[in-house]
Amino acid sequence: MRIRIDSERCEGHGRCYMLAPALVEPDELGNGHEIGDGSVPPDQEGNARQAEANCPERAVLIEGDA
Amino acid sequence: MSERSERTNETGSSWPRSGHPPVKDWATDFDHTDEVWAADPYPIWDELRRTCPVAHSDRYGGTWLPTRHEDVAAIAYDTDNFTSRSVVVTNYRPPNLAPRGIAPPISSDPPFHAGARRILLPLMSPQVIAKWEPSTREYCESLVADLRGRDVIDAAQEYAQHIPVRVIARMLGFPEEDADLFRGFVHHVLEEVTLPLEQRFLGMQDLFEYLRTQVKDHIDNPRDDLTTAMLNAEMNGEPVGMEHVGGTVALLLLAGIDTTWSAIGASIWHLAGHPSDRERLVAEPQLLPTAIEEFLRAYAPVTMARLVKHDMDWKGCPMKADDWILLSFPSANRDPEFFENADEVIIDRQDNRHAAFGLGIHRCAGSHLARMELRVALEVFLDAFPVFSLEDPGAVRWAGGQVRGPRTLPLRIG
Repeated sequence: MRIRIDSERCEGHGRCYMLAPALVEPDELGNGHEIGDGSVPPDQEGNARQAEANCPERAVLIEGDA
Repeated sequence: MSERSERTNETGSSWPRSGHPPVKDWATDFDHTDEVWAADPYPIWDELRRTCPVAHSDRYGGTWLPTRHEDVAAIAYDTDNFTSRSVVVTNYRPPNLAPRGIAPPISSDPPFHAGARRILLPLMSPQVIAKWEPSTREYCESLVADLRGRDVIDAAQEYAQHIPVRVIARMLGFPEEDADLFRGFVHHVLEEVTLPLEQRFLGMQDLFEYLRTQVKDHIDNPRDDLTTAMLNAEMNGEPVGMEHVGGTVALLLLAGIDTTWSAIGASIWHLAGHPSDRERLVAEPQLLPTAIEEFLRAYAPVTMARLVKHDMDWKGCPMKADDWILLSFPSANRDPEFFENADEVIIDRQDNRHAAFGLGIHRCAGSHLARMELRVALEVFLDAFPVFSLEDPGAVRWAGGQVRGPRTLPLRIG
């Protein structure tokens, strides 16, 4: 599983890095960015799904979700 | 709607105070400053969503009210057809101060908006806001210390209202003893929306005169605060200018006070009336951030506004240039098409794509500050007062208009 933040849609609500701080980090504007290549370790899959399900702008994308 | 009409009639005697005639029909004559709306707007919006999802009222010179999440989002994202030139509905249309508007970036449209927002966001980022958490907690603890030992307290007036005023005054580098003055400005700008134009103008003059004094003091005595940071800010390599600094400082001062006060108060009000939720949060404090998002969804305080840019047919609605749009994020947050069990407050709701801080390019720039204040305020309150209830549910008073929250909230402690 991978997590990706669509920077075109992101407006910096910050739900992703509150819910999945191991996967997403804020920049100086408060916009979220996936850490590294966005790979989601198995024990972080729940947090990744939470980040996706709580983004008001639908800017959090989960890829390779089996 | 018959029960609601009766209630309107019963409160008719109090109308001269607001200067507004009673609402005859919520689908064709709504008024967001109506006392029935202030007390309990949710049944009004639920009915409109089912029967008339984009309502129209002739009040304020023509106002539209989208109530579905889909329509609220579409307008929030559509900066071609809707302008943010003014975001407070009054009987008057604001002077056209484009591209900046009176309080950038909330009053700015693209493309100017992006530059004005780029200056502000780093000053309100989560990393910056985290530094303000210890002093916010200390202040909340001092407030509860003064309330300990009392049987009855007013959680809105004696607790919630003080927190955002104090924090933003410190962040801006303004005198903390001016808190009452700030609340007066907020009341004038956001609540006294039905006053005649001259009185609106005079109130704004007082606000901007006060800000001029404070900004001048920061020019003479620069220090490490938001006001000095705005004075040093540049757009396209140029200082942003005094009008821009004053407008953004006005926004920072005004936008975070009633709003966060309302969010803290509404959360405490909910817990006072729902003992099982209160007991669960006392037992499981780690659930609080999730519960806060649900309080923000269910009791979102802020309704924004837009002006229609030009005559157009919008989804079958004959909109005219300079018609108001009441952009009801609170109603969008209660849309059953968008949320499961939208009318239930579920403090461990897992999927919560709520829009309490808006959608699109005008997402509340203070959202990270508001969330921090809300969490700290509730942590300190629940820790100090794990058991409380409504002293008199009928005595709770809600402010209506575009920022809705409890202004009187008597609680029995213990």
